[in-house]
Amino acid sequence: MLDSIKDFASWFFVTGDPLIYGADVSIVLATIAIFAVLTYFKKWGWLWRNWLTTVDHKKIGIMYILAALLMLFRGGVDAIMMRTQIALPGIKFLEPEHYNQVFTTHGTIMILFMAMPLMFGLFNIIIPLQIGARDVAYPFLNSVSFWLFFVGAMLFNLSFVIGGSPDAGWTSYPPLSELMHNPGVGENFYIWGIQISGIGSLATGINFIVTLIKMRAPGMTLMKMPMFSWSVFATCIIIILAFPILTVTLALLFLDRFAGGHFFTLDMGGNPMMYINLFWMWGHPEVYIVVLPAFGIYSEVVATFSRKSIFGYKSMVFAMLVISIVSFFTWLHHFFTMGSGADINAFFAITTMIIAIPTGVKIFNWLFTMYRGRIRFELPMMWTIAFIPCFVVGGMTGVMLAVAPADFQFHNSYFLIAHFHQVLIGGVVFGYFAGLYYWWPKMFGFKLNHKLGVWAFWFWNIGFYVCFMPQYSLGLMGMTRRISEYTWDTGWAPLNFISTIGALMMGIGFLFQVAQILYSTFKHKKVGNDPWDGRTLEWTTASPAPEYNFAITPHVHAVDDWWATKERRAKGIADDPLPPIEPIHMPKNSIIPPIMGLAWFVAGFGFVFDWWWFYIPGMLGVAICMIARSFSYDTDYYIPVDEVKRTEEAIRGSV
Amino acid sequence: MDKKPRSLRTLITVVVTLVTLGVLIWGMFFTADYLVLNPKGPVGQSEKELIIITTLLCCVVIVPVLILTAVIVWRYRDKPNRKAAYSPNWHDSKVLETVWWGVPIIIIIALAVVTARYTYALEPSKPIDAEQKPVTVQVVSLDWKWLFLYPDENIATVNTLTIPEGVPVRFEITADAPMNSFWIPQLGGQIYAMSGMSMTLYLKADEVGTYFGTGANFSGEHFAQMRFDVNAVSQADYDSWVQKVKGNTGSTITEASYADLAKPGVMGETEYSSFPEGLYSKIAYKYVVDGENADSEDSTDGTKQEGMGSSLPGFSSGQVTSGLSASQPVQ
Repeated sequence: MLDSIKDFASWFFVTGDPLIYGADVSIVLATIAIFAVLTYFKKWGWLWRNWLTTVDHKKIGIMYILAALLMLFRGGVDAIMMRTQIALPGIKFLEPEHYNQVFTTHGTIMILFMAMPLMFGLFNIIIPLQIGARDVAYPFLNSVSFWLFFVGAMLFNLSFVIGGSPDAGWTSYPPLSELMHNPGVGENFYIWGIQISGIGSLATGINFIVTLIKMRAPGMTLMKMPMFSWSVFATCIIIILAFPILTVTLALLFLDRFAGGHFFTLDMGGNPMMYINLFWMWGHPEVYIVVLPAFGIYSEVVATFSRKSIFGYKSMVFAMLVISIVSFFTWLHHFFTMGSGADINAFFAITTMIIAIPTGVKIFNWLFTMYRGRIRFELPMMWTIAFIPCFVVGGMTGVMLAVAPADFQFHNSYFLIAHFHQVLIGGVVFGYFAGLYYWWPKMFGFKLNHKLGVWAFWFWNIGFYVCFMPQYSLGLMGMTRRISEYTWDTGWAPLNFISTIGALMMGIGFLFQVAQILYSTFKHKKVGNDPWDGRTLEWTTASPAPEYNFAITPHVHAVDDWWATKERRAKGIADDPLPPIEPIHMPKNSIIPPIMGLAWFVAGFGFVFDWWWFYIPGMLGVAICMIARSFSYDTDYYIPVDEVKRTEEAIRGSV
Repeated sequence: MDKKPRSLRTLITVVVTLVTLGVLIWGMFFTADYLVLNPKGPVGQSEKELIIITTLLCCVVIVPVLILTAVIVWRYRDKPNRKAAYSPNWHDSKVLETVWWGVPIIIIIALAVVTARYTYALEPSKPIDAEQKPVTVQVVSLDWKWLFLYPDENIATVNTLTIPEGVPVRFEITADAPMNSFWIPQLGGQIYAMSGMSMTLYLKADEVGTYFGTGANFSGEHFAQMRFDVNAVSQADYDSWVQKVKGNTGSTITEASYADLAKPGVMGETEYSSFPEGLYSKIAYKYVVDGENADSEDSTDGTKQEGMGSSLPGFSSGQVTSGLSASQPVQ
């Protein structure tokens, strides 16, 4: 009996590596600490009522961002572990098996559990404020989306200590990811972590496109929407069209592994190439999903900190919509080397290059927004200015990779690694950082410390070039991605060593940001509604905004309506008289989303280990939550006029 | 607290900058060969040309943009008594917009034309023009080693490849393991090695030498060990090498020993004096279900193929078909 328990435990828990024991201990300690603090300060009720069950878009956004920053830490530690292993030949820091797991989780986490939630966090906090709405179109669904993302991410991360991490790369190509070559449970964690959070992502896409179409303030026609809202609109189009492909693809892969299917197996007529096509039909649009909102952020930041209207508004909107459509016709450039023939390769090479046109136009429009502006070098603007040269060079190497026959030499080499990190860090991460710094006062009512932010900025930026520029060279020297070791005779050692130094510098940059957030949380000055001299509606309400966002729904007359209002006031023209405050219709908190998330977690965990006594109750729990929701009628309430007036006075009094 | 004299600080800055630059330049240019930019065969040579042409075309846009960025950011920074103009509501110019829609479009058209031409010229399954008849080498990607079969000579090697210099080599590539990619940077670009597929890649070495070869697509635990040397030797040396390998009859591949070879594991360089006839096609088509695709037009040469070629004709117009239904029967 004891022996069988021992056997089970040594299979169930990941063993044999001091790093993992260290992680086990810190997870247990952190959990105990969290429980102790919450109990000591009697904060359980507060946590449950104000956060876990909330349907308030601003709070959900903050939870997304917290989770994303945690995941950025995990993914970053993965990155530094990899760079340490290949800093020099012969380092025995990670075994090949462990190295393979680390690059798999690094990629998956950074794309799906870092970039996506950070993006959704910014959507949540800003979109309703920016279009003058009280919440998103479906607040309850929004909460469900968050919890699905969260349990998906947790399930995926659990694989580090239980069962074993996936190790077939973040792309998880079959047949390597099939049972035949990968019998462990790691791939199941990959599939279910992404599946569960993917349902949430799809729902968020639907939620925000409906919000943008139906809930704009009166007067805000589509062509008066702020650029960030437009970028979210374009992104949501891609999410709605692309995520179902991922869900179906992973479902088929799961059927192969779980139910003896043969969609992507080698035998019985399966075809792994089909998976690769399907994966990238989602995967390529996915990179535009994460980069378009960053483009939106840059547009807002550039206009605000140049004190100038965005240049070529119509062009910008058109360019983003073109990108969102064309992004669906480029997927094959991820495998020009699969032998599709010259006709097909030429077609996809050219469609890929076409994307460079609208992207280039956007760069010119940002530049000419700054032209004849007054540029203030605040943190959001610094990140935006750093983005332009970085993304331009990354875009250029992207076009070089798109040239199909040249790609035969670049493919799967460090040249490719350098390229996509340059566009994903230089484009997406820089953009989200700019967004975080820009909207931080709107979320919390204070700005983040400038000095620490400048240190973080330079560590990140110098570290980035030190890390990734040598990798272009390494690619041309023949170094391929995903190798866990190499020998001295290759001559790759010096540049790899330099690259590792760069990675560590970015790590230090991240630590500066953590310090910046902690320091500013305890030591800050409160700011008013409009700390940056902004242009759009979110800067007309309090920082942080009250739960109902706007006591009186604004009426919009122009693009950058708030800026126009300020100009009118400067000329001494009085505002339109405000209508009286009316009772405000709000959604009620719900306990169903976190419970449903928990049920999904149980089900996902059961599917990972193929334990029916886990997944059947889990799926039943999901079904019960859905039924319970469809029979709950008490889902909304009104905030009475008196209370709104009291809140508004308190806000005015405190600033 | 930092009371160092100014000249010392300048000195430190200069020294640190110079050392950093020195290390960087040394690392970039004196530690390893840029294999892709130092090709030794016609395919690699054309690919290098293409890389240079496309880089230059891109630079036509990139360099002005970078300069423009620096100038604009510097000139329009906010400071008291700035002389540069400030026009907060200027946000539209049809002329300018036409320029920056137009210029990228023109550049991309030029790039597209170049790319399309080279894509057809460098289609991997297209034979290389040469007087000599190509040598055929069949490549099998295994867990975690490369098996090379020489059907004309009936010899085989693992993790080492010897080819005659100046003669085109017709590589037929498959896998008996997860997908990999076959890459010899100095001879030319890579192509995937996949189970149930036979891919064709023509390469040629113009100089005698030893070249770096590697697997380029992650295939599992010891993927990093999938490196091999490519020895390009003169025709005479090649012939005597073949004789030497043939003569060493102590080491052969049989059906049974192939099964061992295919098991996951790492091994060094090995040579075999013979291998069973039809081994390659047996490996490449081992997953074909009997009777399936029997009447497929792709199977005219008697070999059968799996999956995509016949079930999804749209995807199979190039390599896959030319590899499988071409008139040369696989051995």
